[in-house]
Amino acid sequence: MNVSITVNGTKYERDVEPRVLLAYFLRETLGLTGTHVGCDTSSCGVCVVLMDGTTAVKSCTMFAVMADGHEFTTIEGMKVGGKLHPIQQAFTDQHGLQCGYCTPGMMATAIAFLKTNPDPSEAEIRDALSGNLCRCTGYNNIVKAVQQAAAELSAPAPEPVAAS
Amino acid sequence: MSTTEAPSNGRHAMGKSMKRKEDARFISGRGRYVDDIVLPNMLYMAIVHSAYPHAKITKIDKAAALATPGVLAVITAEDLAGVGLAWIPTFHGYDKQMVLAVGKVLYQYQEVAAVVATSRAAAADGVELVEVEYEQLQPVVDPFVAKTDATLVREDRENKTNHIYHWEVGKRDEATAAIQGSDVKINERVYFQRCHPAPLEPCGIVADMNPETGCLTLYMTSQAPHAHRTVVSLVTGIPEDKIHVISPDLGGGFGNKVPVYAGYVCAAVASIVTGHPVKWIETRTENLTTTGFARDYHMDVEIGATKEGQVTGLKVTTVADHGAFDAAADPTKYPAGMFGICTGSYDFPIAFTELDAYFTNKAPGGVAYRCSFRVTEASYAIERGMDMLALALGQDPADVRMKNFVKKEQFPYASPLGFVYDSGDYHTTLQKALDKIGYKELRAEQAEKRARGELMGIGLSTFTEVVGAGPSKHFDIMGIKMFDSAEIRIHPTGAGIVRAGTKSQGQGHETTWAQIVAEELGLDPQNLLVEEGDTDTAPYGLGTYASRSTPVAGAALAMAARRVREKARNIAAHVMEAPLDDVEWVDYKFQVKGVPEKTVTMKEIAFAAYTNPGPNEPGLEATYYYDPPNLTFPYGAYIAVVDVDKETGETNVRRFLAIDDCGTVINPMIVEGQIHGGLTEGFAIAFMQEIAYDAEGNNLQPNFTEYLVPTSLESPHWETDSTCNPSPHHPIGAKGVGESPNVGSPAAFVNAVMDALQPLGIKSIDMPLTRDKVWRAIQEATAKT
Repeated sequence: MNVSITVNGTKYERDVEPRVLLAYFLRETLGLTGTHVGCDTSSCGVCVVLMDGTTAVKSCTMFAVMADGHEFTTIEGMKVGGKLHPIQQAFTDQHGLQCGYCTPGMMATAIAFLKTNPDPSEAEIRDALSGNLCRCTGYNNIVKAVQQAAAELSAPAPEPVAAS
Repeated sequence: MSTTEAPSNGRHAMGKSMKRKEDARFISGRGRYVDDIVLPNMLYMAIVHSAYPHAKITKIDKAAALATPGVLAVITAEDLAGVGLAWIPTFHGYDKQMVLAVGKVLYQYQEVAAVVATSRAAAADGVELVEVEYEQLQPVVDPFVAKTDATLVREDRENKTNHIYHWEVGKRDEATAAIQGSDVKINERVYFQRCHPAPLEPCGIVADMNPETGCLTLYMTSQAPHAHRTVVSLVTGIPEDKIHVISPDLGGGFGNKVPVYAGYVCAAVASIVTGHPVKWIETRTENLTTTGFARDYHMDVEIGATKEGQVTGLKVTTVADHGAFDAAADPTKYPAGMFGICTGSYDFPIAFTELDAYFTNKAPGGVAYRCSFRVTEASYAIERGMDMLALALGQDPADVRMKNFVKKEQFPYASPLGFVYDSGDYHTTLQKALDKIGYKELRAEQAEKRARGELMGIGLSTFTEVVGAGPSKHFDIMGIKMFDSAEIRIHPTGAGIVRAGTKSQGQGHETTWAQIVAEELGLDPQNLLVEEGDTDTAPYGLGTYASRSTPVAGAALAMAARRVREKARNIAAHVMEAPLDDVEWVDYKFQVKGVPEKTVTMKEIAFAAYTNPGPNEPGLEATYYYDPPNLTFPYGAYIAVVDVDKETGETNVRRFLAIDDCGTVINPMIVEGQIHGGLTEGFAIAFMQEIAYDAEGNNLQPNFTEYLVPTSLESPHWETDSTCNPSPHHPIGAKGVGESPNVGSPAAFVNAVMDALQPLGIKSIDMPLTRDKVWRAIQEATAKT
C-alpha cells in the first residue's frame, strides 16, 4: 500500500506491506534507528514518537498504513534550531539516562505531556510517564529532568536586546 | 569538566559528578545497538519454540516453511549435528546444553528450529509453517519432586538422576552442635523466587562470515566479548584471530547478556553456510522464557543465639532449581557462586552451608542478575534470618545487628566460610542510617499505629557483598583467569584513547574510566576517549558483570596510567634536565624536587614523547593486566518504611533510605544513579516479579503484561547517602557499587512488610509480596484469631 508520511519535516512516499508496524517503518524503511523496540505487547514505551506535534504514540502499536497523512517527530528530529531540545538537555543534566534504550521514547512522551501540562506536579509527571519503562534509573532522575525541562520551556522568552 | 575548572575536592578528576560523555549520542538517537546494524545482503532469522515443557519430538517437517517466499533455510538440531554444534558446553564447562532441541524438548519455549529468510517478515512467516509433532511427557517442575528422580529430565547424561551437584563449605557438625546448644534458635525456609534480568533491549546478533577472508564478525549483545570470542573459537574450531566480536551499545544487561544462547549459535551457523550476514533479534517473550533466569533458591536458614542476642552459629541449606541445563554463570570453582557470603556482616563463630542443585523442566539459567554470583540469595537469607532471630529474641532488629556486626578493628576479617573481608565499619554506617531516617521516632510512631490496629513496618538490611572476581588463584571461567585489563595511549597533544576488557551496559564507563585515567595523569577527561567491546582493539578481559568492572578493570586502568606516568617521568627528567630521582609528581605536574617553579605538565610531556623524548623510548602508552589480590566487600545499611493496607493487602513504601559504602567514589552522580536503578529492581523483585510455572510446566510470565517492570508510578522515591571505607588493596580504594542496591534491598522491603504484619502473627511470606498474597496472609491470620 502507498503511504505518505512526514517524519522530522520530510515527506516520505513509500509502498509498504499492510503488516509493517510504524516502528519498523521508521527504523528499517527510513533508517531512523533512534526509535527502539523492547517488547511485543505495547508495554515498554521505548518506541514512543510524537504524532502531529502533540500526541505521544507507541509506534509498535500502529501500522505504517495507519500513519498515512500524519506527521511524526522522532528523536532524530527533536533538536530545535540545531540546539538540543530542553528535554534532551535536561536528561543529560539530571542523569536521566543510563543505557539509553528507553530515552528516546521517554523524551517523546515528556514533550507531548509538557504541551498539555506545562507546570506539572511530581505526581502528574509520574503518571504521565507510566507507559514508559526504564530498567536503569529508577525514574527519580527522569522526573527531575522533566521538571527541569518544564521550567525551561515555561520560562519567558528573553527580551530582545535593544539597540543602543 | 574542563581543565580550567578549579578542583572542588582537591582532586583533579575523581570524585566529581562529571556529566556523562556517552549521553551525547543517546539523547540524539545516535546510539548504535545491535538491531540498528544493517549490512548489505543481510538475512533475518527467527526461531521456532516448543509449546510443551517436556515432550519427544517425533517429526519436524520443513517443507511448508521452505516453500514460503523469502525463506532460504530451516535449521534443526540434525543440521547442527552435521557441523558438531548440536550441543555446546555451558559457561563453567560442567554441563552441556542443546542449541536446538535434540530428540526431545526439556522446557516450554525451548528452541526447536531456526528459520532463515530474506526479511524479518518472511522469517516470521516461515516459523509459523514449520510443523513439529510432539509426544508429550510428564514434566517435573518442582525441584523437591525432581529430587525423587521419578521423572528424568536429562536422559542424555550418564548419571540417571536429576541431581546435578552437592556443594558445601564450613563445619557441619560444629555448626549444628552450636545451634542446638543455643538459648534461642530459628529455623525458617525462605524462597528467593525465579526472576529475570529483563533488560529493555533484548538479546540479539548480526553474524557476518566473510567467505573470502574466513573471518567471522559477530555483532552481539555481549557483556563479555572476549570470553565469547574464545568460547566461539573453542567450540567451532575457527582460529581466534578469525573471530571478531563487537559488542555495540547495550540497552542494559544485568547479567542476561553473559551466557551464549541458541540464537547466537544458529545465526553464526546460518551466516557460515549462506555466506550472508544473518540478524537475529529476540522477542520479549523469547527473552523472558529462554534466556538466563536468576535465583530460584529454596533456603533453610538456621541461626542460634544466646538469650542476650549474641549469635552462636549459622547453617543455610539450599535446594537450587537450575532448570533443564546447568547453565549457571559462575566461576569454575564456585558452582554456587559466592553463596559463602551468607554469614553477612555478622561475626558468626561457626557456620556451615550446603546446596544441592537439580534439573527440572524449566528454562536454564542461574545468571548473576545484578549480583556477584548468588550474593543476592545469600544476603536475602541472612538478612531475613537476622530479623527472624530478632523476633524470636524479642529484641529490636537494629540492636541485634549492632550486637553482632564484625567490628571495625577486626578487619581484615576472616569469615568462617572462607572469605577475608577487606574493610568496613558496619556500626557507623548503620548508626548513620538510623539517625538519618529518625529510627526511634519511627518506632514510636509504629507503636501508636499498632495500638490503633494500623500496619506500619520498618525493615532493615545491613548486607555485605563480595565482588570483583577475582584473584587468579581461585577464579576462572572455562579455565580463563578472571583478571582484567587496560590500555592507554596518550597522543602528542595530551588527548588519548583508553581501552578496557570490560563492557558498559549503561554504567557510564566512558566517563568513569576517563576520570580514573585523568586523575592519575592530570589530563582532561573530556579528551580521553574510552573504547570497549571490540575484541580486535580492546585488551583481553572477562567483561562486565558481578560488579567486577571497577574492582578489576578500574584497578587495571589506574595501574596502566601509573605506568604511563613513570614513562613520562623519565621524559620529564630529560626535558627539565634534572636527574630522574629529583623528578616528582606533585599537584598533577612533574616538579624538580625543591624547585617548585620548575614544573612540566603531562600535556607538555605528551608532546615531548613524540618530539623530544631524549634517550627514552618514544611514545606514551602502556597496558596493564590486573590480577586482584583479594575480592572487595562493598556493604550498606538500608531501611524501608512501609504501610500495609489491612483491607487490600497493598503495601506503600513510604520511605527508603540507602546508605552505601563502596569505598572511593569516582563519579557520585553515576554512583547515585546506579543505586536508584538497583533499588528499583530490588523493589520489583520484592513486590512484583516472578517467573513462575504452573504444575504442567507452563511459563506464566512470558511477557511484560505478566512479568511486571515497575513504572514511574509505583517506584518509590529513593533517599541515598554514603560512608567511605576505601578498599585497602585496590589501587584507588574503589569497591564497586552497581549491584549493592539490588542485593541489599529485597530483604529490607520484606523485613518491613513482615514487621508491619507482625502483630497479626505472620512471620514469613515469600516474594513477590503482591497485594493478593499479602491480603490472603492477612485473611488467614485474622481468621485464626
